[in-house]
Amino acid sequence: MKNYVTDTICAISTGGIEAAIALVRLSGPDAISIADKIFQSKQVANLKDAQGYRMYFGRITDQQTEIDEVLASVFFGPKSYTGENIVEISCHGSLFVQQRILELLQANGARIAEPGEFTKRAFLNGKMDLNQAEAVSDLIASDSKASHHLALKQMKDGFSREIKSMRDDLLKLVSLMELELDFSEEDVEFADRTELKALMERISDRISALLSGFRYGNVLKNGMPVVIAGKPNVGKSSLLNALLKEDRAIVSHIPGTTRDSLEDDMVIAGIRFRFIDTAGLRDTKDEIEGEGIRRAYDKIKKAGIVLLMVESHDDISAVMSIISSVRETINESEAQCFLLQNKADIHSAVTLDKQKLEQQIPGISTFVISAKIGSGISELTDAMVNSVQVMKGNADVILSNMRHVEALGNASEALSRANEALQVGVPSDLVSQDLREVLHHLGLITGEISTDEVLGEIFRSFCIGK
Amino acid sequence: MNLLPKYDVIVVGAGHAGCEAAAAAANMGSKTLLITMDMNKIAQMSCNPAMGGVAKGQIVREIDALGGYSGIISDLSMIQFRMLNQSKGPAMWSPRAQCDRIVFSIGWRDYLESLPNLDFWQDAVTELAIENKTVVGVKTAWGIDFSAKTVILTNGTFLNGLMHVGQTKIEGGRVSEPPIKALSEQIQSYGFRLGRMKTGTPMRIDGRTVDFSQLTEQKGDENIQAFSFMHENESLPFLKQRSCYICETSETVHSKLSEGLKSSPLYDGTIQSIGPRYCPSIETKLQTFPDKNSHQLFVEPEGESTIEYYLNGFSSSLPWENQLAALRKIKGFENARIFRPGYAIEYDFFDPTQLKSTLETKIIENLFFAGQINGTTGYEEAGAQGLMAGINAHLKINEKPAFTLNRDQAYIGVLIDDLITKGVDEPYRMFTSRAEFRILLRQDNADVRLTELSHKIGLASDERMKRLKNKIDLRDHFIQFASDFSCKPEYINDSLEKLNTSPLQQKTKLRKIIMRPQVHIEALRGVIEPLENEIQSHSISNEIIQAAEILIKYEGYINRERLLAEKLTRLENIPIENLNYEKIQSLSTEGRQKLIKIQPKTIAQASRISGVSPSDISVLLVYLGR
Repeated sequence: MKNYVTDTICAISTGGIEAAIALVRLSGPDAISIADKIFQSKQVANLKDAQGYRMYFGRITDQQTEIDEVLASVFFGPKSYTGENIVEISCHGSLFVQQRILELLQANGARIAEPGEFTKRAFLNGKMDLNQAEAVSDLIASDSKASHHLALKQMKDGFSREIKSMRDDLLKLVSLMELELDFSEEDVEFADRTELKALMERISDRISALLSGFRYGNVLKNGMPVVIAGKPNVGKSSLLNALLKEDRAIVSHIPGTTRDSLEDDMVIAGIRFRFIDTAGLRDTKDEIEGEGIRRAYDKIKKAGIVLLMVESHDDISAVMSIISSVRETINESEAQCFLLQNKADIHSAVTLDKQKLEQQIPGISTFVISAKIGSGISELTDAMVNSVQVMKGNADVILSNMRHVEALGNASEALSRANEALQVGVPSDLVSQDLREVLHHLGLITGEISTDEVLGEIFRSFCIGK
Repeated sequence: MNLLPKYDVIVVGAGHAGCEAAAAAANMGSKTLLITMDMNKIAQMSCNPAMGGVAKGQIVREIDALGGYSGIISDLSMIQFRMLNQSKGPAMWSPRAQCDRIVFSIGWRDYLESLPNLDFWQDAVTELAIENKTVVGVKTAWGIDFSAKTVILTNGTFLNGLMHVGQTKIEGGRVSEPPIKALSEQIQSYGFRLGRMKTGTPMRIDGRTVDFSQLTEQKGDENIQAFSFMHENESLPFLKQRSCYICETSETVHSKLSEGLKSSPLYDGTIQSIGPRYCPSIETKLQTFPDKNSHQLFVEPEGESTIEYYLNGFSSSLPWENQLAALRKIKGFENARIFRPGYAIEYDFFDPTQLKSTLETKIIENLFFAGQINGTTGYEEAGAQGLMAGINAHLKINEKPAFTLNRDQAYIGVLIDDLITKGVDEPYRMFTSRAEFRILLRQDNADVRLTELSHKIGLASDERMKRLKNKIDLRDHFIQFASDFSCKPEYINDSLEKLNTSPLQQKTKLRKIIMRPQVHIEALRGVIEPLENEIQSHSISNEIIQAAEILIKYEGYINRERLLAEKLTRLENIPIENLNYEKIQSLSTEGRQKLIKIQPKTIAQASRISGVSPSDISVLLVYLGR
């Protein structure tokens, strides 16, 4: 067997949140020797001589300074989760400590694991099959409360059965279209376009619901990215401060770590929001400022919520100009956009009517706030919490499997192409080509991909052949 | 005593596969011998007298683009041409021709006789000469030993062929032609897996006894398009054109047929072999679809002047009395007489997963199989395999790299990959739905896809290359013109309105206008004078205009398909070498068994094996270090 795993990986296995304790995990051929370099214990001189599957009390130090008192366990491959040597370090849960330990491990030759890489290695080393690997990732990503069981169960039965039944319906109709094509000379009945359209709509709706469930799951896991954008000096930083004051459940402010220094996390109503401040948007010739603005657009692209700030005395053309500058980027990210009319304390007369604005700019909600005195902030946070809950919607399945998400995304894209093609009267072989792509992507989830299926369906159901 | 030369290639059988194989090998420079039981039956159309059709027409174009003869002979012998599926997208446009069966056969023989490298021998091959698991020649019924470096078997339905009409059984490969026995057993003794297949053919009818006024006439197209890229459309047709006719069965017809079911070899268990689902006998249609009280039939002339007709859709192995009695219940056939009844035939084939992608067998070196022996059906499918086997036999002898086609390059690539990867569970016929990338595999661009590849290995002629280059140059020139030329609204809006498409608001590039589904270049020629001038001054043919229009109009689809194909090619480029599947624990049991049986050469091929799941593929990718 080929040895494709040569490097040692490490990660915070408890999700990198602040908690009482946290678990840092190392896996790979050098896991033990790397851990040895930073771990000292009176109970065992050297981890490679440690007894497996028990805990050793000791200290993590970086040369001079002690970082934390920890418990370390060694799991010798192949009798470990990944099938490789594993060292697990239980440390205290401060983010600083976790981060510091990771840095030390990296400095000694480990690299940060890619998402899911431990499980991937377990799969590679024959410790589990693909389905089990996927179940693990579902478990990891599911909301710790109710959705935990649901996700697992749904993923195993309902979800894939549902996809399968939609796919079977589509297969029937695609077969009919193929029948028209390959047996055009014969007197066969043709695919009912109304039925096809209805089915495409049903599948498309279901996929959207599933994908939004995925985004919700993602928010639970990684927090909701909220980007604060606007022209310079409209009060973006004050808003950040106001938000921080509003809710005392601040999670962190981690300068200079893996995150951008301008990010702040906080938990509101049990949901983690990641606030991202950006450079003021304006035309500039300054290269450095330009780079900052370019980054601001990048952030907006990845946002779940965009807080677009203007001043409350700005006239409609000023508002429209800032909106139009970000509109395309926001559409791309499918983010919620909140228009904040700031400095209500200074400009007591708000020039623009909320209702009118929201009519004029569909899909936007407006708020009049004063970041300085903190007015309007709680309405804003309520709306933000609400928008996360809306995302959850009636998603009974929390999708967390990237392979499924990607497949559904591709299926949805191909569906909308097919739909468009049907509208403009593109010949059916081309429409069918898009639909076959949908079948392919859905088949990646249900595990059936074969061009023979279409023919099988044709021969089963129709009398063809001269 | 060297009365007989040692051949490079011996081709056994002169059907569609054998003829293409012999022609390709001889044209590439191999000393070739074609052995057939009957020199008068070369390239016989044993079933219906037609070439092409959906997906099959594309194959004929591909054979022609590669330098085979099926397209040329079809052009010479056509008595009706139709481009099928013209209301669909260009990937579906499929040329189909009724051919004069005798002219087709004579045409092939003339072409083969013109090849100096090709010898003929009329005899039956009864045994292969095999040394050290390598074929070295053949032995014939006259006891003659021919030696050769390679042998291509194209035995069609002759291996232990057994024909059925009702309870009557006759051994043979076709009516009045004896079967080949013992050869299958010899091959089997080397460890080949053998199966039996069944196919059938309908009755042939005396046209003088048919009341055609009761039938619906089906005429051919006005504009005939040549199968061969070497022929100008304007030079066709060579023969007088004839009509086909459509008629229908009825419940009375069905009840007559049903009377014979108890003596039907298909339903009393006599015939156990697998028949094609897409080409069922009329009695199978009755059994499988009892609710349908009428089936359409096509009456096709067998030649330019003959009175013989082929009744397409009425294939049967019922007792001849039931067939005839039922026929006379069809409107227009009340007084019909027939030349012969329909019959079913069972024959041996070898599981094609025992072949390499060159169609050489994995078990015996230098032995190639092509055509129905591989479980396929259809003249076009057979011809394509023969051509590829002939090419690869020649290349093998000359120690040149094998010539294979990918699934995104040709239907021929799809065909052979399906055969060797998936095997067959019924006679294999090509359908467009078998091709993942059918938008790329159009009949109009077969030459663009394939001619240069074939020229490089020394088959497609310089003349072919010259014609191809000329076509591409003019096509690209035209596309450039369409991209540069702007139309003014005032000149063209009236015409656009007539075509039910929105008028222009401003000057617009011609290319943009051609992209509209409703607009065809043909319709614009009379309106835009510079366009007509451009076409005239460069004498751009309709064929080239059409090629350009397809590229402009379907650019989006073509490009996306190309991207998908390239993605697949990445998997095609991951070779699998000497994997011990037994040792890979994460594979599913079924996946492991299939992989061991097929021994795929690439990850992409592995992914197409039924029973090999996506997660098996992930496991393989991982094992290969991807």
